[in-house]
Order: sequence, then structure tokens, then C-alpha cells
Amino acid sequence: MKWLYDFSYLTHAIHKGLSERFEPGTVVILEMVMVGVAFMLLFAVLGLVLVYAERKVSAVIQQRLGPMRVGKWGTAQTLADVVKLLLKEPLINKDADRFLFNLAPFVIMIAAFMAIAALPFAKGLHAIDFDIGILYIAAVSSLGVIGILLAGWSSNNKYSLIGAMRSGAQIISYELSVALSLLTIVVLTGSLQLSVIVESQADGWWIFKGHIPAMIAFLIFLIASTAETNRGPFDLAEAESELTAGFHTEYSGLKFAFFFLAEFANMFIVAGIGATVFLGGWMPFHIGTWEGFNAVMDFIPPIVWFFGKVGFMIFLMMWFRWTFPRLRIDQLLTLEWKYLLPINLMNIVLMAFLSLMGWHF
Amino acid sequence: MKSIVNYFKEIFFGLKSLVTGLRVTGHYFTHPKEIITQQYPENRETLKMFERFRGEVVLLHNENNEHKCTGCSACEVACPNGTIEIIHKRVDVDGRKVKALDTFVYHLQMCTMCGLCIPACPTDAIVMANTFEHAVFDRSKLTKVLNNPGSKIMDGIK
Repeated sequence: MKWLYDFSYLTHAIHKGLSERFEPGTVVILEMVMVGVAFMLLFAVLGLVLVYAERKVSAVIQQRLGPMRVGKWGTAQTLADVVKLLLKEPLINKDADRFLFNLAPFVIMIAAFMAIAALPFAKGLHAIDFDIGILYIAAVSSLGVIGILLAGWSSNNKYSLIGAMRSGAQIISYELSVALSLLTIVVLTGSLQLSVIVESQADGWWIFKGHIPAMIAFLIFLIASTAETNRGPFDLAEAESELTAGFHTEYSGLKFAFFFLAEFANMFIVAGIGATVFLGGWMPFHIGTWEGFNAVMDFIPPIVWFFGKVGFMIFLMMWFRWTFPRLRIDQLLTLEWKYLLPINLMNIVLMAFLSLMGWHF
Repeated sequence: MKSIVNYFKEIFFGLKSLVTGLRVTGHYFTHPKEIITQQYPENRETLKMFERFRGEVVLLHNENNEHKCTGCSACEVACPNGTIEIIHKRVDVDGRKVKALDTFVYHLQMCTMCGLCIPACPTDAIVMANTFEHAVFDRSKLTKVLNNPGSKIMDGIK
């Protein structure tokens, strides 16, 4: 069971086993294929689980039961939905730009795959450990908007285009806040490498060690990342009530499923980044030098800690979505440029001062 | 200076109102007992309809097969859709002819369950029952006669 606490034993064993049988070039390709298949499976499972979770959480919050008929407690409901989506006819409207129309869902999925590659899931379970991990994730996670813009433009539908434009304005604005709130913690860690950031939280998570400015940064990160994933209360790009469904109005069948899956994949990625930077990633909950308590916490495998924290973040985002009313586009931009951004900048200065004086733990 | 104070005040009031909303939904999330959805066909035996639900109009009869309807047609007049049709007859009471109920016809297919006939009744003869399974295979079955065969008016109701 040693590999459960440090996945590098497992990955090294696989690497050794492959190296004995194949040439180095083949080993690299095989390992890349394995990682790709693993992420694809992860996304598929995430899509199933998160759609079900979203429907159940929203139901209970609204005093409903949610899906109950397919399987015990409706657990097979999302599987049935997947089958339905696969069997649907893929429609393309007459005047659509067919190439861009078919390309857009893949652009969004590729952006999600690129972002998840840099997430540390557990000790030694990390596809690529960039030394500029946070910068890379901030850059890549905003690529998804290109897919949304392409989808809106190529649909040749005014509602799709308006939705795509809104999404562009929204993501360009909120990208700043996400990056700046992550930078607030980088001031403390002194490194952009995600594995180093996780290691630095062995004696306490940054949200506790950085106290007031870290909590403000966490709050801003929550708001801005919800906006970045186009989820309610910031779901202006979809806007069922006034733009039918925004950028994916004209999509059906499997291509629609890709957009749907990408939304939940992005939610997972954003929650994963938040959990890694603010809540210690896969690092167990440690309090300073309490040896006994820390040993008990170490007993829980890191991968459980990571998915637990991500689950907590996702629940927070779902709670927000089903509680708050939607913002108008001007209110959305006011919130970012007049409130979040100035507060964020002040917060970084405060954090730098704290770090300089050594007033954090 | 005042605008700066207002700026922060706005933020705190905004956050406070958001927390109020989160508390409401958080309460519902942590109290699954407050779910009001009924899983209807499964819980058909145990389902108890709430008291004020308006399902259909019934004419109350007591154990002696007597009702309180005088055949005055006030409900027929009050009904906005012509759901109720009162057919009366003349009966001899102490040597003079008095109007009385012959047939109380109720067209369920036209009823919107508005309940206007209930307060219109001067003798409280009709009430709204909370039954709700009204589906039938033939629409003629929706036209009902509410007074039981052989029933008569209670003593002392005029």
C-alpha cells in the first residue's frame, strides 16, 4: 500500500517495466498515451458524477428530490443522458461555417486537457510539473474562450454571437482577478511551481497561514473562478432566458455533450487550482507541531485529501449557483473593474507587507 | 472621504446580503426533511392530500341519505364555466308546491376547481373534496350526478 501515499513508487515501477521491454522513444510515447487515456477516463467519470451531483444539490436546495427514477436514487440518470446524447442527430445549420463549427468543441476540450495536465493530484501523481505552473494554468485556462468565440461566430446566429461576445468580455475581465488572487499566495511561497506550493503547506494551509489577506484572496478567487467557468450567477454566455442557450444554441448531440463536459471539466480544474493553492492540495491537514494529530491526518491518503478538497470547492460553487440571482452584463463588469480588481491589488500590497514583516505563520 | 466609506459600506452590505441568501439555501440543503416532492405512484397508499386542496365538488349526504341542497341554483349562477346544472322539481309541503332538488348535474370536464360555488351556497350543502385521480377512459363519465338516488333534503333546511 506504499504507493497509495506516494505515487512515484507506482509511476517509477511502470516506467521501469516499460523501459525493460521497449526503446526509450517508444516508452515516452506509450507513457503519453497512458496519461492521455487516464485523463480522458477521468473527464468521462467527472462528467457523470458532477452532472448527477449538480442536479441533486440543486434539487435539495430547492426542496425537490431531483432524479429518482433511473437506478437507485437516480444514480444511472446521467448514463441514460449520455446514451440519449450519443444517439441524437448532429445538426449543422445551413449557413454555418462548417469547419469552425466542428472545430469549436474540440478547442474547448483541448484547453481543458492542457490545464488539467499541470494539476498535482497526489504525491508523485502529476503529469507535468512545470516550474511556472501557475502562470501556465492561468494562460491555458483562458484558451477555452477561443472555443466559445468560434462556436458563437460559426453558428451564424445572432444569439450565439451575443453570448460568445459576452463570454469574451467576461473571461478577459475575470482572468485578471484569478491570476492576481493566485499571485497573492505566490508572494508567500516565492515559487510558481505547483509541487513546491503544495510542499510549502506541510505545516498548515496558506488560507490559515496567510490569515486575512489570504482569506480575501480566496474569496476573490472563488468569485472570479466561478465567472471564468461561465457558471451561474455569471452564466451570461448561456443566458437561457434571453439568449436561448448562447454560444451552444445550434449544437446538438455529441458536440453539445462536449460543451457540457467542458463546463464541468473546467469547474473541476478551477476547484483543483483553488484547492492546491489555498487549501494545501493533497497535503493533509496539519497543525504546526502537533505530532499525534498530524500522524493521524497523514494516515488518510493524499489522493483522498485532494478529491475531498476539490469536492468541497465544487460544492461551494454549486451552492453559489443555486442561491444567487444572475448578474446583468454591466453589473458583471462593474463588479470586476470597480470592486474585485482594486481590492485585489490592495490585497497584494498588504500581503507583500505582511510577508516582508514576517507577520504570517 | 465619504465616497470611500460608502464604497466599503456597499461591499459589506453586499456580502451580508449574499450570506443571508446562502443561509437560506444552506438550511434547505442540510434539512432534507423539508423536501416537498411527492413520489406519487409509489406512495399512492400513504399519500395524504392536504386539507385545502380543491379536487372536485361533492354534495354532502348524512347517514340517512339526506342532503342540505334546496335546489336554489345559487351555485349554478356563481359558476363561471357552467359546470353545475340544477334540475328542480316541485314537491308538496303542507299543501303548497315548493321548489326542491331533482338532479344535481356536475360537469367535471368543465370545472376549473375555482371553488366559487362553495361560498355561494346558502346552506353549505356542497364542499370541495381533495380527491385528484379524475382520469377516465370515456368523457361521458365526467358528467356526474351528485345527489344519491333516493336522497331527500334534511328536515329544517329552507
